[in-house]
Amino acid sequence: MTDDKDVLRDVWFGRIPTCFTLYQDEITEREAEPYYLLLPRISYLTLVTDKVKKHFQKVMRQEEISEIWFEYEGTPLKWHYPIGLLFDLHASNTALPWSITVHFKNFPEKDLLHCHSKDVIEAHFMACIKEADALKHKSQVINEMQKKDHKQLWMGLQNDKFEQFWAINRKLMEYPPEDSGFRYIPFRIYQATTERPFIQKLFRPIAAGGQLHTLGDLLKDVCPTAITPEDGEKKTQVMIHGIEPMLETPIQWLSEHMSYPDNFLHISIIPQPTD
Amino acid sequence: MAEAGELLPVSPQSEGRREGGEDTQEGGAAAGTADPAPPSAGSPGTEEPAGDTKKKIDVLLKAVGDTPIMKTKKWAVERTRTIQGLVDFIKKFLKLMASEQLFIYVNQSFAPSPDQEVGTLYECFGSDGKLVLHYCKTQAWG
Repeated sequence: MTDDKDVLRDVWFGRIPTCFTLYQDEITEREAEPYYLLLPRISYLTLVTDKVKKHFQKVMRQEEISEIWFEYEGTPLKWHYPIGLLFDLHASNTALPWSITVHFKNFPEKDLLHCHSKDVIEAHFMACIKEADALKHKSQVINEMQKKDHKQLWMGLQNDKFEQFWAINRKLMEYPPEDSGFRYIPFRIYQATTERPFIQKLFRPIAAGGQLHTLGDLLKDVCPTAITPEDGEKKTQVMIHGIEPMLETPIQWLSEHMSYPDNFLHISIIPQPTD
Repeated sequence: MAEAGELLPVSPQSEGRREGGEDTQEGGAAAGTADPAPPSAGSPGTEEPAGDTKKKIDVLLKAVGDTPIMKTKKWAVERTRTIQGLVDFIKKFLKLMASEQLFIYVNQSFAPSPDQEVGTLYECFGSDGKLVLHYCKTQAWG
């Protein structure tokens, strides 16, 4: 068990070195220096970039500033996706630091949700946890919690407190011993090569015959194009938290150990690098 | 994200009469009690194939609290319609101001993200061939 607890820590403390640069067309009074930050993979862009915002606003006139948003190589970055997912999906196999462009104008209404305060992030985060528990436990665990427990999950994430978060989150990872897994696995599969939104379906951790379903079984079922045929060339990478887990890994284990704090497994399918 | 005008869900009336009777029944029980309507009492799915291949899904919209009810509750909605698209539609239908908020809930427990598609929600949380969504003008389930 000690090994498995280490996995939770490794996931929690994953960081991405990032360089923020102001978009060239933003109007400034002085030159805007780039800003460097280690971004927590499990968090959200708008939750951890107060310093970035302040840094650039220092050199801008008040009237030039409206809602901040972020972009990577032309793709607006959705703040309501966890940072690690954004990186895996859009920037895997590129050189670090991750180079993000900061905008204060021309908010892309079609691509991004507004985020006017931290309350919006909290509401989104809690909604994800509730949806995940609806799949895992028919909402029983989350509904039995008190308001203060919900708050502790959020505060744990917001303040980067691993112990505080996991003291409550472990309850969401339990299941009745006779079931040997959750009802359904909360997962979302994102594909870099399509404009379509994520794939999310009902998928049980245990097969009808009692054997454990694996990551490979899940992909075969809901996203067969991600799997390399036995005699074929590997064309895709299946990424979670910046690594390619073995396809033989039981999906129940992945759900318990490699879900994001929102209790979803966010899986990125990206093209295999050619060199 | 979506233009409510051109994205109207097809009302049962304009799609055929198969659900007319059910609407009336639900209208009678509109006080917010459990939905007693027998799912598609008539002949379900005569116009469209069932299951995954069906292009549209049935969405049942229920008002919460003092939010105005919609006389037509059951709508055939394209799978790719987003929650935001649905919100825009309901607001227009109820003649709410654009600035007014409208919250949509699944399972009376969580508010899906505005960019989530109803087809995905149906896959995971639909039952008896339809997706039940609650809507209200104030936050109902936090």
